[in-house]
Amino acid sequence: MQAAVANGVDGIVAECGGSCVCATCHVYVEPERFGEVPPATEDELELLDGVKAERRHNSRLSCQIKAAPGLTGITVTIPECQT
Amino acid sequence: MTNAGPHIVIVGAGQAGLQAAEALRSSSFDGQITLVGNEPHAPYHRPPLSKAWLTGELDAGQLTIRDTSVLVRKKIDFHPAVSVSAIDVDARTVLLGDGNRLNYTGLVLATGASPRPLPLSEGVGDAVRMLRSREDADQIAQGLKDCIQRGLPLVVIGGGFIGLEITASARKLGVPVTILEAAPRLLERALTCDMSRWYADLHSSRGAELIFDARIIKIAPSADGITEIHLNDGRSLQAGLVVAGIGVRPNDALARAAGIACDNGIVVDECGRTSNPDVVAAGDCTVRRLSDGTMLRLESVQNAVEQGRSAALALLGIEQPFLGTPWFWSDQYDKKLQIAGLSRGADAQAIRGDMAGNSFSVFHFRADRLIAVDSINAAKDHMVARQLIAGQISPTVEQVRDSSFNLATLRARPN
Repeated sequence: MQAAVANGVDGIVAECGGSCVCATCHVYVEPERFGEVPPATEDELELLDGVKAERRHNSRLSCQIKAAPGLTGITVTIPECQT
Repeated sequence: MTNAGPHIVIVGAGQAGLQAAEALRSSSFDGQITLVGNEPHAPYHRPPLSKAWLTGELDAGQLTIRDTSVLVRKKIDFHPAVSVSAIDVDARTVLLGDGNRLNYTGLVLATGASPRPLPLSEGVGDAVRMLRSREDADQIAQGLKDCIQRGLPLVVIGGGFIGLEITASARKLGVPVTILEAAPRLLERALTCDMSRWYADLHSSRGAELIFDARIIKIAPSADGITEIHLNDGRSLQAGLVVAGIGVRPNDALARAAGIACDNGIVVDECGRTSNPDVVAAGDCTVRRLSDGTMLRLESVQNAVEQGRSAALALLGIEQPFLGTPWFWSDQYDKKLQIAGLSRGADAQAIRGDMAGNSFSVFHFRADRLIAVDSINAAKDHMVARQLIAGQISPTVEQVRDSSFNLATLRARPN
């Protein structure tokens, strides 16, 4: 999320600035690499219940995905809407 | 700086101003955009200033919303550290503090709000701090460090969100805190009595001292950096740092001087339009006139983001009213409060979960209709609440109280 927001990627709203309270930084993680991303906390799963766009099996809140060397090159897709 | 083509000037480079600028760029507008901010920084997140920024858990990069380079790439002409001294709506010009003049075809006012000054703090200089800007936060952070070094306490004046968040941050750092609240309870304007008590217990359990119905009669700073606060009941407190958080005032002076209608904020409609057809406004500086004539002031990130966009689009003649369910959050210690809707005028409450436990929500009803939900560590309740309130769907009190009942089954399917 930080990377998307700092670089002004349209479609990542992140109203709460990464505090895991707003569900406006929803992304779809590329399915093949979904398992490489550390799992979501219960808080995040509960927020994902309320995302505006369709929730899919590979839905995540990007503020909860920390960039790490192991995730180099991973692709996430931005949903149609956040709010 | 005259330009023949369309030129939208945005006064205020906080969240609302930034959103307005980007909404213009994301839409059809290809004219000139000038974003003027009186602070020396690129747009940054304000909410962490009372939390992770104070405790040193965030770096400057994480605080920044958009790097200046992004603004350049989006052809947003950003002028930091520039104040605006006047607006001439007839000539359609903005007079800058540096003497320059900007001609505009459309103007966005996103001037924010300022902390309400403490009546007794006149003449005490820096002895009483307030928090709005990054500089304010840096000074408070330094004050907390000094408190730690000298073993002195922090005194917080005002038991509202800002004061309580600063309290939580200070307690995390090990600084003793006393909160002085003029009302008989915390967060009186925002929460129910039960919730106020819950927050009082929370802060007490983390070692903060709370004094209610506090009447300060004198604030006496001394040369050694210790400030003495005298209360009308004879008590006096010594503080290494005093921070006051007693509410904000919308920055509407520029608009008022320009003849734009203001009423404790720049009066806007649901699209951010002001009384002047060339001028829109967004964020903390505004007050919205609702369809029933009542006035609504929201001070939240959501309002800044959504109104910023609506207002910018309104200048282009695009109607995209901000009608979403208001929401707000506050992090204190490990407790996450999320508020959906507006609870004013509520006539009944029902609690879901256990207030003595880790997670619960207070559902507010007016005439059996759900109008607001305050959730503590209950993100699921909050998200469902936002959807239910937006869809005007009300659960029964029994459904709310029955934690085995899935409230999400009530919501209209998203289209």
